[in-house]
Amino acid sequence: MPSEALASPADARSLESGLDALQTAPVGSTRRGRRTFWTVAAPLLALALLIAGWQLFVSAGIKPAYIVPSPLDVLHEAGAAWGRGDIQRAVATSLERGVIGFGVAALIATPIGILVARVRWVRMSFGPLITGLQVLPSVAWVPAAILWFGLTDATAYFVILMGAIPSIINGLVAGVDQVPPLFRRVGAVLGAGPLELVRHIILPAALPGYVAGLKQGWAFSWRSLMAAEIIAVGGKIGFGLGSMLQQGREVQDMSVVFVAIAGILTVGILVELLVFAPLERGLLRRRGLAAETAR
Amino acid sequence: MSTTAPRATLTARTPAASVVSTTAAAVRLEQVNKRFTAAGPAILEGIDLTIAPGEFVCLIGASGCGKSTLLNIVAGLEPATSGHVQVAGDGAALMFQESALLPWLTARRNVELALRLRGVPRGERRDRADELLELVHLKGAGGKAVHELSGGMRQRVALARCLAQERDVLLMDEPFGALDAITRDLLHDELERIWLGTGRTIVFITHNVREAVRLGQRVLLMSSRPGRIVREWAVEVHGERRIEAPEVATLAVEITDHLREEIRRHAV
Repeated sequence: MPSEALASPADARSLESGLDALQTAPVGSTRRGRRTFWTVAAPLLALALLIAGWQLFVSAGIKPAYIVPSPLDVLHEAGAAWGRGDIQRAVATSLERGVIGFGVAALIATPIGILVARVRWVRMSFGPLITGLQVLPSVAWVPAAILWFGLTDATAYFVILMGAIPSIINGLVAGVDQVPPLFRRVGAVLGAGPLELVRHIILPAALPGYVAGLKQGWAFSWRSLMAAEIIAVGGKIGFGLGSMLQQGREVQDMSVVFVAIAGILTVGILVELLVFAPLERGLLRRRGLAAETAR
Repeated sequence: MSTTAPRATLTARTPAASVVSTTAAAVRLEQVNKRFTAAGPAILEGIDLTIAPGEFVCLIGASGCGKSTLLNIVAGLEPATSGHVQVAGDGAALMFQESALLPWLTARRNVELALRLRGVPRGERRDRADELLELVHLKGAGGKAVHELSGGMRQRVALARCLAQERDVLLMDEPFGALDAITRDLLHDELERIWLGTGRTIVFITHNVREAVRLGQRVLLMSSRPGRIVREWAVEVHGERRIEAPEVATLAVEITDHLREEIRRHAV
């Protein structure tokens, strides 16, 4: 009976490679191109719709132009501010502070986060405090910072740190907590010591949570900085986007206020699109967790 | 009709009858007991087990009978409450039901991590990992991410990673339980080939009786609550055996009857 004949090793080998080929996803997806087009086009369309609505509101004449300027007024003001170099200067000042402050926050928060996640008594004593700090709006630190550091850049940096550090710590701790127990067991079976376990298993496994924490930490940095810049104007403190916003309020020029808001928003969106989104997508895709790789 | 004669026969033995020289044992358990809490029920009770070097032993039992706990104790992941556990060399390698590959590493890097944690110098790791991947017929897949591999391929990488640990004893906790039948049958062939080629001692847990008869030289039946080894069969094999072979089916039926009897004892 042929059905009873035993498979030769060569038969088994070719059966195996056939299975491997069938069960492995073909490379490349035909829908990638279309998807990329819409990821760019859809938000732009939404933005255009929003501006059209704004223009309609202005045209209806419900509020006078000095209260609600038209999109074109704001565009003119933006052009003028660009011509004077105000926008470039404000963005450069704010961005420099934001990036340096965020970087320092990450350097401080990362080792603390590992300690909180891994050492029981540290978590028990400092964990609730750090979670609490995340709830406290960092604007609350501005008056204290002004009293301590005066109207200097140190005030801005202090507020950034107080805003970003708790977020980054919490993201890292959440990431470590979500490491599947199976991975720790793998580490134990492979003979990893405590430090090797952290280095080769826990930290790489917690990376998505850590990056999410960094992303939120950046958002908190940026918000805290704007709050600090709006409240602490003058003195030795540089002229940032927040200062520009506050200046617009003082001279009662609504167009300047709108330009400053648009500037703050644009920087926030660009950092998300150019830094964090690609970082997260790359991370998830490599682990087979991104939507595009789902079969 | 093919010319090959029936190849597998079985003999029932009581657990105490297994005679293995004590000095040469690859795994030796003496009166091992396990309770998760001092007042709690006994999970394992009076486990006596001696496994010879190079032996392939299958452990079957109903779900929750403590087979995985027993394996974890042998692997050193959990302590026994009392009793004596001895594993030849410096411990055992363990393979899980899920491949448990680290998803941020490629297939090759997963194998290399096991080498690295064993202290293999950097320069030798890559070549050694490629050799092991070739052994499980995954020569070209070293650079692939884990999610790009099928379930069967992942288990083969996991097997390569276990072999990278260079331990004499390989513990396997239902490693093929989540695979489709064709892939599983193939992996039986692969595992048997690697076992014969490397001379490893294998302790294999399964709830699939046919799988146990297909693979093991000895099949041990565990009771539940408390977990004890209540019966064992020696599978005498001459030549090849396939999971569909009538001899395998006959043995499986007999063992299944005993397994059902064990489960029935717990009926209320």
